[in-house]
Amino acid sequence: MERPIDVELVDVTKVFDSGVVAVDRVSLQIYQGEFFSLLGPSGCGKTTTLRMIAGFEHPTSGEVRIEGRPMGHTPPFRRNVNTVFQNYALFPHMTVFENVAFGLRMKRVPRDEIVRRVREALQLVRLSGFEERYPRQLSGGQQQRVALARALVNRPRVLLLDEPLGALDLKLRKEMQLELKHLQMTVGITFIYVTHDQEEALTMSDRIAVMNAGRVLQVGTPVEIYERPTSRFVADFIGESNFLPGRVVDVDRDVATVLVAGERPVRVRIETPVAAGQPVTVAIRPEKIRVTPVEAPEANGFLSGRVEEVIYIGTDTFYVVRIDDHTTLRVRSQNDRNRLDGGQLLPVGTSVTVGWAEDAARLLLD
Amino acid sequence: MAIVEQIGPSERAVTWRERLGDAVRQREGLRALLLAGPGGAWLLFFFLLPTAIVFAYSFARRGPYGTVDWTFTLENYVRFFDWLYIRVFLVSVWLALLTTLICLLIGYPFAFVIARSPRRWRNALLVLVLIPFWTNFLVRTYAIMLLLRSDGLINNALQWLGLIDRPLTMLFTPFAVVLGLVYGYLPFMILPIYASIEKFDFTLVEAAQDLGANTWQVFWRVLLPLTLPGVLAGSILVFIPSVGAFVTPDLLGGGKVVMIANLINQQFLTVRHWPFGSAVSFVLMAIVLAATMLYFRIGETRRI
Repeated sequence: MERPIDVELVDVTKVFDSGVVAVDRVSLQIYQGEFFSLLGPSGCGKTTTLRMIAGFEHPTSGEVRIEGRPMGHTPPFRRNVNTVFQNYALFPHMTVFENVAFGLRMKRVPRDEIVRRVREALQLVRLSGFEERYPRQLSGGQQQRVALARALVNRPRVLLLDEPLGALDLKLRKEMQLELKHLQMTVGITFIYVTHDQEEALTMSDRIAVMNAGRVLQVGTPVEIYERPTSRFVADFIGESNFLPGRVVDVDRDVATVLVAGERPVRVRIETPVAAGQPVTVAIRPEKIRVTPVEAPEANGFLSGRVEEVIYIGTDTFYVVRIDDHTTLRVRSQNDRNRLDGGQLLPVGTSVTVGWAEDAARLLLD
Repeated sequence: MAIVEQIGPSERAVTWRERLGDAVRQREGLRALLLAGPGGAWLLFFFLLPTAIVFAYSFARRGPYGTVDWTFTLENYVRFFDWLYIRVFLVSVWLALLTTLICLLIGYPFAFVIARSPRRWRNALLVLVLIPFWTNFLVRTYAIMLLLRSDGLINNALQWLGLIDRPLTMLFTPFAVVLGLVYGYLPFMILPIYASIEKFDFTLVEAAQDLGANTWQVFWRVLLPLTLPGVLAGSILVFIPSVGAFVTPDLLGGGKVVMIANLINQQFLTVRHWPFGSAVSFVLMAIVLAATMLYFRIGETRRI
């Protein structure tokens, strides 16, 4: 099944006049109707990538294609895309109605159609009745929705969003995340969403491209990105991971045995072939690790250690387990469903074994 | 130290200074009076009072040998509606409007370039705008005369290049007056416009482009409306001194271009008709007031 591609980046590189390589040979295919996120730390090139799709910047080399057409130096107003800016960039001297109508006026849409479409767009973002207000009379969340309506009213092929929720407080941001996702499903427009907030990307996206230092490191669904990171950066940036450097000693079909932390063997399922003797890193998420006191009847695991720190956060408890002088593991353990008193916590100093399922860890080739 | 502490505040003699201090602290009205007093007195004696005197003159008659005859009359104002004086009035307003327009056309792009240049260059460029103020205005006006004269730098250069056979008459023309006024008041246009462009959020330009606006539409619909306060302030700052300009039309107009201030000067010092000079002064003041009110009116209706 081949879905139509809305936006395609072919080997796009952007070098600024200062010599900074902002975007480095990025190739992406974004499908029609997709909620696609560009995720990465600040300065990773995600905003520059978005601005090249919008037409505010032009690639130094490579090509941006929208609906299959190479964009070259096509100016922003001739591209079938619209942008929601980080600070909304609403026109302060215009009312909500005039702001939303701006794009249609520029395209010389007939007056009565403008009125109708603006009304529809404001209804879509639940701002009916705010037509005559000025932006400064609105709350941050309302301004955000005006910015959305102003872009959506033009019925663009692709909507570009540059950290649109960045200025909102946490609670409102959570609400808007869901609202945006629902809105995207309602209108069926392709969304390209720039964020540095991994949780936001995981919550809303169909697919995520993780970027760092101008490069795309991995593209995949939230589950793929979280569960099967292909690089240490991705494993670390999205969620939390323990990294155990080690050496492959044995490969038994698709399970490798790796010596970590002072020559202790752990077993990891592999997807790409590795050779014995190869240096690797085992990445394991804190919540995938099982920690058991050594005196418990079912105690067995790959590694043994001692609880060094206990951090109770309500739903879960974090343990820091020291394996040896150089190695500690963070373990996240869900608190007992059946009790209320926290009596299941392992005290500091408990001797424990830690282990995980073969499928729960990732083998990263450095 | 210990001795001082033993003496409580009630035991000390309360000085007149402390009493005054308390009174000032307790009474808002008294404090305001003391703070505003010096400035108020200054304005009263050196602005309001002289203005009132001139206002009174404007309703008096000219006595013999240029004295003031204190009999009430409106004839000074009626006399102003003579075509001779109306013409002076129209020329003044016209030259001032022309000056304002030219300053705007030169000043806006100039201010734009300064506001958009790299931060480290901006101050240097602003200093360049202000450098002319380091020299006396009169000296600068004479310098312009030297440039514009028949055997001045410009005419000599043009003749040397063979572009003209005979010197162009530039000095003592309305052109010279407007040139002098534009030169003199351009910084007053540039600075407020610069301030408003500098505050302008340029992501709004991108937003407008993104929504389909071309360069002209971005300018007319977004940049200009949002920098209008600067444009208005600059225009008023150029128009008011231009319409009342005295030195520039006197030197560069050479008596051939008479503006309101020259007329006033003439009436007071040459003709010694103080009442009529006063009336003309009040007409000038009315123009300035009207311009200022127009400015505030526009500023009010635009809710920025």
